[in-house]
Amino acid sequence: MAGVDGIAGVDAVSDPSRAGRDPRRASRWAGVVRTPLGLAAVVLTLALLVLAVVAPMLWSADASAVDTDDILAGPSAEHWAGTDNLGRDIVLRTLVATRLSIGLALGATAIAVVVGLVLGTAPLLLGRRAGRAVVAGVNVAVAFPGLLLALFFAVVFGVGATGAVLAVGFAGAPSFARLVQTLVAGVAAHDYVSAARVAGVGELRILVRHVLPNIAEPLIVNATIGAGSALLSFAGLSFLGLGVQAPAYDWGRLLFEGVGSLYVNPAAAFAPGAAVLLAGLALNLLGESAAKAVGVASPGELSVAPRRRRAARATPLPGPAEPDPQADAPDLVLDVRDLHVGFPARDGRVEPVRGVTFAVRRGEAVGIVGESGSGKSLTALAVAQLLDDLADVRAERLDVLGEDLTAPGGESRRHHLGTSLAMVFQDPMSSFNPTTRVGAQLAEVARHHQGMGRREAMDRAVDRLAAVRIDDAERRVRQYPHEFSGGMRQRAMIGMGLMGSPELVIADEPTTALDVTVQQQVLDLLQAIRRADDVALVLISHDVTVVGDVCDRVLVMYAGRVVEDLPATGLTTSARHPYTRALVAAVPTMDTDLDRPLTVIPGRPVDPADVPVGCAYAARCPLASDRCRAEDPPLAGDGTAHRVACWHAGDPIDVDPGGRPLAQVEAT
Amino acid sequence: MSELRFEQVSVRYGRSTVVDGVSLVVPPGEVVGLVGESGSGKSTLARAAVGLAPLHGGSILLDGEPVPLRGRRRPVQMVFQDPFSSLDPRMTIGASIAEAMPRDLDRSARRVEVARLLELVHLDAARADARPAELSGGQRQRVALARALAARPAVVVADEITSALDVSVQGTVLNLVRELQRELGLSMLFISHNLAVVRYVASYVAVMHRGVVVEQGPAAQVLAEPAEPYTRDLLAAVPGSTLRRSHP
Repeated sequence: MAGVDGIAGVDAVSDPSRAGRDPRRASRWAGVVRTPLGLAAVVLTLALLVLAVVAPMLWSADASAVDTDDILAGPSAEHWAGTDNLGRDIVLRTLVATRLSIGLALGATAIAVVVGLVLGTAPLLLGRRAGRAVVAGVNVAVAFPGLLLALFFAVVFGVGATGAVLAVGFAGAPSFARLVQTLVAGVAAHDYVSAARVAGVGELRILVRHVLPNIAEPLIVNATIGAGSALLSFAGLSFLGLGVQAPAYDWGRLLFEGVGSLYVNPAAAFAPGAAVLLAGLALNLLGESAAKAVGVASPGELSVAPRRRRAARATPLPGPAEPDPQADAPDLVLDVRDLHVGFPARDGRVEPVRGVTFAVRRGEAVGIVGESGSGKSLTALAVAQLLDDLADVRAERLDVLGEDLTAPGGESRRHHLGTSLAMVFQDPMSSFNPTTRVGAQLAEVARHHQGMGRREAMDRAVDRLAAVRIDDAERRVRQYPHEFSGGMRQRAMIGMGLMGSPELVIADEPTTALDVTVQQQVLDLLQAIRRADDVALVLISHDVTVVGDVCDRVLVMYAGRVVEDLPATGLTTSARHPYTRALVAAVPTMDTDLDRPLTVIPGRPVDPADVPVGCAYAARCPLASDRCRAEDPPLAGDGTAHRVACWHAGDPIDVDPGGRPLAQVEAT
Repeated sequence: MSELRFEQVSVRYGRSTVVDGVSLVVPPGEVVGLVGESGSGKSTLARAAVGLAPLHGGSILLDGEPVPLRGRRRPVQMVFQDPFSSLDPRMTIGASIAEAMPRDLDRSARRVEVARLLELVHLDAARADARPAELSGGQRQRVALARALAARPAVVVADEITSALDVSVQGTVLNLVRELQRELGLSMLFISHNLAVVRYVASYVAVMHRGVVVEQGPAAQVLAEPAEPYTRDLLAAVPGSTLRRSHP
């Protein structure tokens, strides 16, 4: 972190994805045929299968018709690839051989899959000790090259088609077993498997009901790719004379025969060779396209790191972009006007941030609160320029530390923001590189941005870790992130931000993953840093009490807009928007009345893809009137620093006779 | 109504002792709040009660008998922390709930029971065919509660069931816990690191620190006059408790 450009691979767009983790499974499989490559693979594979069925019916007799007058002939109009040593047509033989070649490959794949499934799921069913033995056995088997195993099994099972199927099948089983083991272990770690166990569901039933359905997709994909390689293995074995024996013939056998007369008639080897190539390619491409469509990582695929992008200058909208009243202050570190963040969606564009305007003064602490999906994190990421290429950022003004982010920027801006803007994320584990020592990661920032030497940068790292109250910093810099506790990692993360001399710290849910006790330490630390160096702080949280503890001012966001901007001290007493009041009342404190139900906010947050006309909160609001449902209230000030977007700001909210304020049971 | 009693329970992973001789009673029809920070062993203690963590020493008794940790009948049920991980994404919520029901129910009885449980947790019974992805976090957590109740438990263990939820949704789940507990007379072990949450649902509080219960007693007493310095630290850390303290 610290360097805004320092973090690649951060899942920048986490907020909208949290709102809907819908797999949309059916359409994902359909996605295979949507790419040209996938479509070609599907068509090719289907053609192969059809050929495998019909070719022997149509041409079996012709393909074995011996013509002693015309042996080893070259290509001609009658025999496109010539004839073999008994005068049989090679093209026809290649076509007829499709059934046996494909059949053998599928048979071997079936053996590999079944044996792999049995071995791979055994650890789950057998319990810890026996399971460990199976895992060890599979690990040893995986260490042998597949071809070596295939040759070994071919010798064991004897020469011939059956032996070859068993050989290739068993040779493919270990790697499949390993894959299944890994996938099963991943699913078995989920709480729903634990929950089924607690409910008394047996292990076999858990396997069938919970585990297998959840690993089916990657298994199918890998089986398809496996079938492609099995096909090649067969060609190899038959070519070596270990596979199919005469009079039966598959592509490998034809290739073997064709190579014998290579100098007389190259086409005799070319035809079956091309068939092997085409079929192998079709199966592999099908597997790869399916993997891409259903989101299974296949080795060798590069992910594209998100590039930083420049915010486009938005044309000023008529209406609700009244500037933050303090935007005229001379010492602004952040001036955001009418910020919009959009993403391309299936039907056009969704806009999770819809016109956010605020400013932050030097040394000021501003909290941004809202539910998941309110756009609070996206706002922060847009300011830090951490959104990926898909995000479409528009703003009338987006000034960060004096840099106009809507203007084209160069190396100097990167450098400036890299040292003076620090970002702290929710999950400190995933923000550190697990394989590099903490000290080296901190030092890298100083070396990259401040041009310090190795020794100097490391000294600075020790100093900064001490500054974030990590004891024994000298020793700690030599440790890896996993050796730090959660709270300590988060403090180290903040320490990384302090490697430069930040003027602005943006902390996105910095304490959500932490315990209350540790949370307090981290918040105190942020507070201390702010006090010591007059650093501005933007603190994002879903918990209004956390923000109230630390900040001077609180922005409440709902459905991509700021609905209220008020002094933190006024949260419990002078909040005027019904949403803010509900948020405050929803959190139990040590003074909450135990005889009453907690306040809840009925309904669900607004889906960014389906923002209603009028005030977005109207559907959940006890004060909503017809005007609210028709007209969106602007964020308007009252002359003080307090701004609110509500037609009924501050109106009393009826308490129903049951004594439940605001609302009762969440509607479903 | 049943009593769940932990007697000198120890759990070890390898050489590290995670729970060290804990004795704790969940009285019949009462909610006991178990608080402590991550790594204090509170979740491990909960998992031991449902057979997900191996006992190294001591015993866990339900009405004087050892809690059955194998087989079909499981009178102690658990609700997990993360509602995104605790429901099978491929199963309808109705199927997830029905899975925990006693085996002797037939198909139509199960359907009726699923509908009853969904209404009990204030979800529309018509949504039994929905998949977890269609539900919000709070709704999923209510389905998880319904699943735990489907097993007709004597005791429910709730492990940090609101800490993965937005505070705005937390209230719904807490209200539901209190309502269910009162209506059904459930005995409950309610685990949380947030004292304000525990205070709201529990009548007894036990504080765990480094594998040991350092303080326990009636909630009102422990929270008002904590005897241990560690409990006092926890109290000071409750969000909002510093609202009075730190404004420039």
